[in-house]
Amino acid sequence: MLVDNNNGTPSSEQGLSRRSFLHYSGVALAGAGLLVACKDNDGPMNPVEGEVNLGLGDIGILNYAYALEQLEAAFYIMVAQSTVQGVTAAEMALLADIRDHEIAHREFFKNALGSQAIPALTFDFSSVDFTKRDAVLGTAKVFEDLGVSAYNGAGRLITSPDYLVLAGKIVSVEARHAAFIRDLISNGSFADNTVVDANGLDKSRTPAEVLGMAAGFVKNNINFSGLPK
Amino acid sequence: MNILHIIRELTNSDPELLDRLDSRRSVMRAFAGAGKKATMAAIPVMMGSMFQKAYGKTNDTVTEILNYALTLEYLEAAFYAEANKVASTLLPSDPARGAIKTIGAHETAHVKFLQDAIRSMGATPVNSPVFDFTAGGTFSNVFTDYTTFLAVAQAFEDTGVRAYKGRAGEITGGGALLEAALNIHSVEARHAAHIRYMRRNAGHSAGLKPWITGKETGIGAVVQPIYDGEEVTTQAGINIVNINGLTISSNAASEAFDEPLTKEQVLAVVSLFIVS
Repeated sequence: MLVDNNNGTPSSEQGLSRRSFLHYSGVALAGAGLLVACKDNDGPMNPVEGEVNLGLGDIGILNYAYALEQLEAAFYIMVAQSTVQGVTAAEMALLADIRDHEIAHREFFKNALGSQAIPALTFDFSSVDFTKRDAVLGTAKVFEDLGVSAYNGAGRLITSPDYLVLAGKIVSVEARHAAFIRDLISNGSFADNTVVDANGLDKSRTPAEVLGMAAGFVKNNINFSGLPK
Repeated sequence: MNILHIIRELTNSDPELLDRLDSRRSVMRAFAGAGKKATMAAIPVMMGSMFQKAYGKTNDTVTEILNYALTLEYLEAAFYAEANKVASTLLPSDPARGAIKTIGAHETAHVKFLQDAIRSMGATPVNSPVFDFTAGGTFSNVFTDYTTFLAVAQAFEDTGVRAYKGRAGEITGGGALLEAALNIHSVEARHAAHIRYMRRNAGHSAGLKPWITGKETGIGAVVQPIYDGEEVTTQAGINIVNINGLTISSNAASEAFDEPLTKEQVLAVVSLFIVS
């Protein structure tokens, strides 16, 4: 069963503050004679019906993380409900562990964000055959590597040391998941050269890259234009 | 595993570091942009340049801390280099040998990364200490017994993961430097998970998981300090156990978040393996 994590947010206050910010930005741009630049902001200036706006600054980053954790939790909830051919009971127990970790992350962000949290997103996993080991693990690998690169790329955008440490506490668990899933697919691929470069460094991805890769699984249109660059 | 240590040392000795880094944000962004275009090999040079710009003439402090970090990287790199020398007798099969080779190559790369950063500042990297991977005889068969070897490897990797986080908050806004630190941090976590999985598969520690449950060591009391504090189930004042009425066990709540380790805790463990 999918857990309903919608608490009726975001608040109208968030929307108002966002509009105020954009209004201010528009004035500033116009004053600088750069009105044409507003064309790039058509999205946020004309909100799409039902779109989810992550918000600004650190709150935006936390909502970004919250969105990714929602995606992962929803996926592993589906996995744990499924009879996946070729997955042993011991492996399934560890996949259920991951489900619980992702739910813990999701609910943590929801509570930490409080009234600033985005609503529950809607996902589409119709492209995944949850009865097939290869499909389940292959999708899990994409999500875990994506999560690691997302946190690695977002760290520099966070201004609060406390939030940065919290993100650090989570990203290493995501990396543990990624390594485990990869080893289930091919033992020894936990940190192969598709994710770790010649300097021994893992990947980073920008929010635009991450949300682009996740878009096929997310029904909502996610507006991330307020995230720090 | 040590860039965050570096920055902690920097901010301890120079409380205005973060302010100064902040005022240099545009510089760091410039580096970040360059990093996307340049080869990764150029990153250490850019890191060094960033330090120089942030510190002006106080590079000595930065160099000292980079060298401290390098020392800790030497530990891991030397550990795996030693293991790889005796792989045919220590490690049971090709999957294990391949994994230790991979991990060793990453640690060696981290060493070079820091050495390059130090040299790019016009300084000289320290030499490696002399290590005793038996920790004074506690792990006397570390390079002859697969079980012991993996246990010590796990201790090093889990320490690395925790050591990063202990300093993360202090390079908030650290641009390319912070990003590089995070990129090493998650690699250490991948290593830790794999070593744990190797132990589990080898039957050395049947219930061991790729993630840390409570504060279990699976290796013994001598390295308990590496795991103390991992058992917490509250984050930022939010109780994770059964959060929002959902079934989240205390084990899962502890596993879901890796915890920071202080410099003192790290040194207490690492010093067991350093002779001089």
